[in-house]
Amino acid sequence: MNRRDSDKRSADATSWLRQAFIHLGILPLLLVAAILLFAIQEERFYSSLNIFNVVRQTTFLLIVALGQMIVILTKGLDMSMGAVVGFSGVVGALAMKAVLGVAPDALLLGGIVAVLAGISAGALAGAFNGIGVSYLNVPPFMMTLGTWTSLVGVSLLLTKGMPLTGVPDEFMRALGYGRIFGLAPPVLVTIILVVLVYALLNRTTIGRYFYAIGSNLRAAKLSGINASGQMFFAYVLSGTFAGVAGVLFIARTGSAEALNGSAYTLQAIAACVIGGVSLFGGIGKVRDVLLGAFFITILTNGMNLIRVESYIQSIVLGLVLILSLVADQFRMKLLK
Amino acid sequence: MIREAGQLLLQVRAISKRYGAVQALSRMDFDLAAGEVHVLFGENGAGKSTLINVICGAVPPDEGEVSLRGKQIKLRDVHDARSRGISAMFQEFSLAPHLSVEENIYLGDEPKAGLWLKRGVRRHGAKEALERFGFDLNPSTMVGMLSRAQQQMVEMAKALRTGPDVLILDEPTASLSEKETETLFSLIRDLRIQGVGIIYITHRIKEIKEIGDRVTVMRDGKSVKTVDAGSTDHKEFVELMIGRTFDNFYPQFTCEPTEERLAVENLSTVSGHVRSATIKVHAGEIVGLAGLVGCGKSEIGRAVFGLEPILSGSVKHEGTEIKRPTPRRMLDRGVVYITSDRHNEGLMLLRSTKENISLSALSLSEYSRASWINRGAEQQMAQSVAKRMKVTPLDLSKPVSAYSGGNQQKILITKALARDTRVFIFDEPTVGIDVSARVEVYNFMKDLITAGESVLMISSDLPEIINMSHRVYVVKDGEVVDHMEKSEIAEPRLLNAFFSGTKEVA
Repeated sequence: MNRRDSDKRSADATSWLRQAFIHLGILPLLLVAAILLFAIQEERFYSSLNIFNVVRQTTFLLIVALGQMIVILTKGLDMSMGAVVGFSGVVGALAMKAVLGVAPDALLLGGIVAVLAGISAGALAGAFNGIGVSYLNVPPFMMTLGTWTSLVGVSLLLTKGMPLTGVPDEFMRALGYGRIFGLAPPVLVTIILVVLVYALLNRTTIGRYFYAIGSNLRAAKLSGINASGQMFFAYVLSGTFAGVAGVLFIARTGSAEALNGSAYTLQAIAACVIGGVSLFGGIGKVRDVLLGAFFITILTNGMNLIRVESYIQSIVLGLVLILSLVADQFRMKLLK
Repeated sequence: MIREAGQLLLQVRAISKRYGAVQALSRMDFDLAAGEVHVLFGENGAGKSTLINVICGAVPPDEGEVSLRGKQIKLRDVHDARSRGISAMFQEFSLAPHLSVEENIYLGDEPKAGLWLKRGVRRHGAKEALERFGFDLNPSTMVGMLSRAQQQMVEMAKALRTGPDVLILDEPTASLSEKETETLFSLIRDLRIQGVGIIYITHRIKEIKEIGDRVTVMRDGKSVKTVDAGSTDHKEFVELMIGRTFDNFYPQFTCEPTEERLAVENLSTVSGHVRSATIKVHAGEIVGLAGLVGCGKSEIGRAVFGLEPILSGSVKHEGTEIKRPTPRRMLDRGVVYITSDRHNEGLMLLRSTKENISLSALSLSEYSRASWINRGAEQQMAQSVAKRMKVTPLDLSKPVSAYSGGNQQKILITKALARDTRVFIFDEPTVGIDVSARVEVYNFMKDLITAGESVLMISSDLPEIINMSHRVYVVKDGEVVDHMEKSEIAEPRLLNAFFSGTKEVA
């Protein structure tokens, strides 16, 4: 009797877990597991300073991941985002130097020029990808891989292989370690971008069409959607987002380097995929990318705190990524 | 193996197979004797392909049994079937285009010593096989470089290399010229003398007469009747194929056509599938566009909607010539093409019903301003048109993949209702849907023309063409070969145009 009751209860729990898995995917489970694990192992993990750190670290990854998400929704992939982060930082810093070289006191102008130049450089790199993918029909992976390599070369040429330093402290304070409404500027920018992307994807026709072309390109074309234009725009957006991250990066580190941000490409793809954005296009929510980016940062941060070697860290990250893909396949099967 | 003509080779008993909501085969019986050509005849979706897939081991049946020479067998896969002497040649070739002819002939069954390929043996064997069947091909040519007919020879050589007892041919003449067909037929006759049992799928009655011994007609996943090829005529075949039981589900109505809506004049496409076609569609009428599968009728509709590049000729909508039609332009003019391929080209299967319905209408000012979606208006519109189309059970947030085939088709049609559409081009409007959904689609068409809209119905379904059309154009090899007014529409004349492209009644 008792035995049967407990069997029944465990069956209920299993089916509840199963339902939760089907609806939410594996990410919430992983996230909770990671937080619990690190909190038990290391009390510094939940100190307010560390939480602040996690949030700040997540911002950069999240900005890049949002751009990546838009591209993946269209059944594409942007392998060049990390290189664009470095490139737009370099362009921004060079532009600022040029302004300050002419008028050393025009700090505000220099800052504005740096921001605009950096973001435009990102958008331009995105447009380059967009032309290749949507008008010349180069497969997204190869197109953006080519851009990645070339762009690193361009950045190295521009900086002669050396880091660009001498970013004025005012710029770093304004966009890096200062406070706006009590928030670190990168955090504020990220919040704004999350809201914008959420609105774009859920409330506008442009966003709806991103889902449509990723879900069924031919159906989208038959519904009169300008698929090439949409796809082009997706890459412009991912480039622009990488540009924003690049500019914020110089404000945080005070220097611009060709290889700044190169780790973000794969991490951003991982954040999207772990979050449940389908690489087959047409499926994915902003909320899930948000969780995905947090998860990856927490994982890295936690492993740092409990002093896991960096080599081991990259093994763990790789395995978690694969695990989440396997779980996703499994989930899709359950959904059908 | 000794093969004796007339001996029972293969027996299929009460085979059933279900794909999701579709019952592809239901208790199908079939048998094949050594030295006969047994033709499978039936409409698209009648279950012929599923049956041969079961026989050649590609698909396991849900129930029923297959026996070979009286012994019950369970086929694990195609390879297993081949080793037992059952070989299939499919309509969609199973060739690797980047491998050579000989590599393809031996694919999956390479002569090997350990891990090492015996290339000499392979070359020799391939050459021999090609020569034996009279195929003039170089074994080292890459298959992708060959013409379709030549690829078919490779496929054939591959199927025959192992000397099968049962050979399955799925529309083998579809891409062959007259001369190549003759060669194939004489090869089939040779095989028949050798005692090979051949299962032959075709849509062409002429071929049945020429090469077939017995014919099993299939409909709705069942065997309707097995008849003698020689003593059955044209008309009987078609009657068996389409069946007469469903006649009553067509709605009764009369068309009162008014002004001209759509005029296609001397239209030819770049692909060559349409050649100098001229058709007209008026307000308040259903115009049928009939012909065999692959005759180019579908491409006429696609060209009008901008999906097939136009070589010459003109497309006029309400008297205005449209120089370069695109889906966007045609939708804006109130012309819609409703595809026959709802999965690949019609619906976003994993997105919600609402998103699917509103997709092409979303850019209209009722539903979005400066690209900002008016979600209330979208929801309301989707709800009302889906109700009008009787999508059941209606749940706008459910992904389209969760509905049955019939409801998916209704959702596809509903997309057209989301806009102010006056000309509906239906391509195979009832393909793969059940009877009740069919009736609803027909009633919907009737309502459309009663409201003064225009319908161009492209269909390979003969009863549908006969019962629904006010006028019919028949297409053969990309040309419009016949046109009939309501009073002239009759099966013999249609069939004659389908097969011989002439107006005379045979």
